[in-house]
Amino acid sequence: MTSLFLLQLLNGVQFGVLLFLIAAGLTLVFGIMDFVNLAHGVLYMVGAYLMAAFTMITGSFAAGLLLALAATLVFGLALEFLVFRRLYERSHLDQVLATFGLVMIVNEGVKILWGTAPLTVPMPTLLSGSIPLAGPLQYPVYRVAIIAAGLVTALGLWLVINHTRIGMLLRAGASHRSTVSALGVNVSRLFTLVFAVGAMLAGFAGAIISPILSVDTGMGESVLILAFVVIVIGGIGSIRGAFLGALLVGVVDTLGRSFGPILLRTIMDPAAASQTGRTLAPMVVYILMAAILFARPAGLFGRNTS
Amino acid sequence: MRVKNADPAAIVPPRVAVRTWVAIALFTAFALVPVLAGWLDDPFLLVTATRIVVFALAAMALDLILGYGAMVSFGHAAYLGIGAYAVAILSSYGITDLGLHLLAALVVSAIFAAITGGISLRTRGVYFIMITLAFGQMAYFFFVSLSGFGGDDGLTLRQRSTVFGQPLLENDLALFYIALGFLVALFGFSAALVRSRFGRVLTGTRENRIRMQAIGFSPFPYQLTAFVISGCMTSVAGVLLANQSEFVSPAFMNWHRSGELIVMVVLGGIGNLTGAIGGAIIALLLEDWLAVLTQHWRLFFGLFLVLVVLYAPGGMTGLIRRIMGRAP
Repeated sequence: MTSLFLLQLLNGVQFGVLLFLIAAGLTLVFGIMDFVNLAHGVLYMVGAYLMAAFTMITGSFAAGLLLALAATLVFGLALEFLVFRRLYERSHLDQVLATFGLVMIVNEGVKILWGTAPLTVPMPTLLSGSIPLAGPLQYPVYRVAIIAAGLVTALGLWLVINHTRIGMLLRAGASHRSTVSALGVNVSRLFTLVFAVGAMLAGFAGAIISPILSVDTGMGESVLILAFVVIVIGGIGSIRGAFLGALLVGVVDTLGRSFGPILLRTIMDPAAASQTGRTLAPMVVYILMAAILFARPAGLFGRNTS
Repeated sequence: MRVKNADPAAIVPPRVAVRTWVAIALFTAFALVPVLAGWLDDPFLLVTATRIVVFALAAMALDLILGYGAMVSFGHAAYLGIGAYAVAILSSYGITDLGLHLLAALVVSAIFAAITGGISLRTRGVYFIMITLAFGQMAYFFFVSLSGFGGDDGLTLRQRSTVFGQPLLENDLALFYIALGFLVALFGFSAALVRSRFGRVLTGTRENRIRMQAIGFSPFPYQLTAFVISGCMTSVAGVLLANQSEFVSPAFMNWHRSGELIVMVVLGGIGNLTGAIGGAIIALLLEDWLAVLTQHWRLFFGLFLVLVVLYAPGGMTGLIRRIMGRAP
């Protein structure tokens, strides 16, 4: 029981780290540009597809990852240049619609290019073993590597945002955009930079998760909505909030799915418990979100918007 | 937070008369569709028209809060699903009466809307969009995991709802006119609602929340009531949709559906109930037409959306205004 708990906890952290990579870019775009981007999940999906394509061509995980990152960056910049740039000053409704249109375009485009059958990415041999945990318990090296990569990225973002000039401008932009602009900072270049980094992080998440998930067209959407939950919990524009929110959502979701039915079995008969557990488990994160919002409408680390 | 105004076209004082005439013209055109279908000997036309009427009802319900209350709900497909599942679940227990189906749909969606709306309305702007989306997705996953009622695959209805024990809706023509009847009646209700004191408080809050508070109104109860009414109306569309397709599945409440409802409202022009109906007609006909041309119709539909947002703000209403030289 404790070993199962430990395993699921690690799985939860791994999922949380992945959500953080996606939510980090999204929360900055929301916070700094006040821009609703439904197409962010698409970048995660594109990252995974490009990873599949490039590892197939090069036959190497590392080369595939690097090429996939560069290509997602270019893709994100192209989207920013062609569409998003024209939407920053528009209403949220227009942003929702245009990015919803983009989701449809890219999903269908991916289907045309790669077909509807899910793709797989081979696990790199260097990272394919398991490491001993406690006693007889083993944990896949690759998942540990994902956790490590996510934590390193989080640390890097924290350093950039809190200890560099760009980071200072980002923080200032998130709280008083017009003042920053009035002080002579080229805000539109800052926007492009934030957007590009966010796109690359989402692509990175898609690329590193691809060896343990099947790559298909729906993959961006469930993650996008969980990333929204993360941002709402953490507070818009807060990287720290996104990090804690992502870990919270990842762990609660994973533990809820595995332990919900087990806990319910103590109060009802097994058949009913497993049915109720399966019904309730996917709802746990949303209930968590509702509870947090009830207590703090602006999220854990958000500024009060009203 | 910077205040982003709603579409400026919507702020122009309403020209009630013209709009009402357009609505009457649309309803008359709908009523004549069965005649046209008879002439063309094309029974599929009636099926398409029924779907359009049902989605027009849902889009109009969404416009009530989106257009008049500036509440961009991205989870409205949940109510379509609640309505549809009310039919499916009650029917599977042998309760087939339309009235009871509607009652169940209204009660459940009112409760769901009151709870989720109460939480969502504590926030505004981007938060509101994301939270309603999350709640919509929660409802979606709930029905996906209901394996007793088909789970992910959905559930085929054994029969349509009955009216006073009579299998009236089995006739496609009757179903169409009943759906149209609901649309016309609820259009009348909504039009009266937005012109009432309640509607004016709602519109006032959309324009300037702080001023409304300053003259002594608390916006929250008004907004929540509007949210619940809109959810209930959408669930009526869900009941009709289940009867039309004789099948329900969680796909009815997928977030893409919620997106499509917003698309309909915006295509027609927000804050203008007639526009939502027009938007539903355009969106569904365009979808059908593109689907005939290519299996990759979503690509072109998405492209169309992006272009409309970039180059035709205000949707059809905005376009007509500009053409008629009454640019906002």
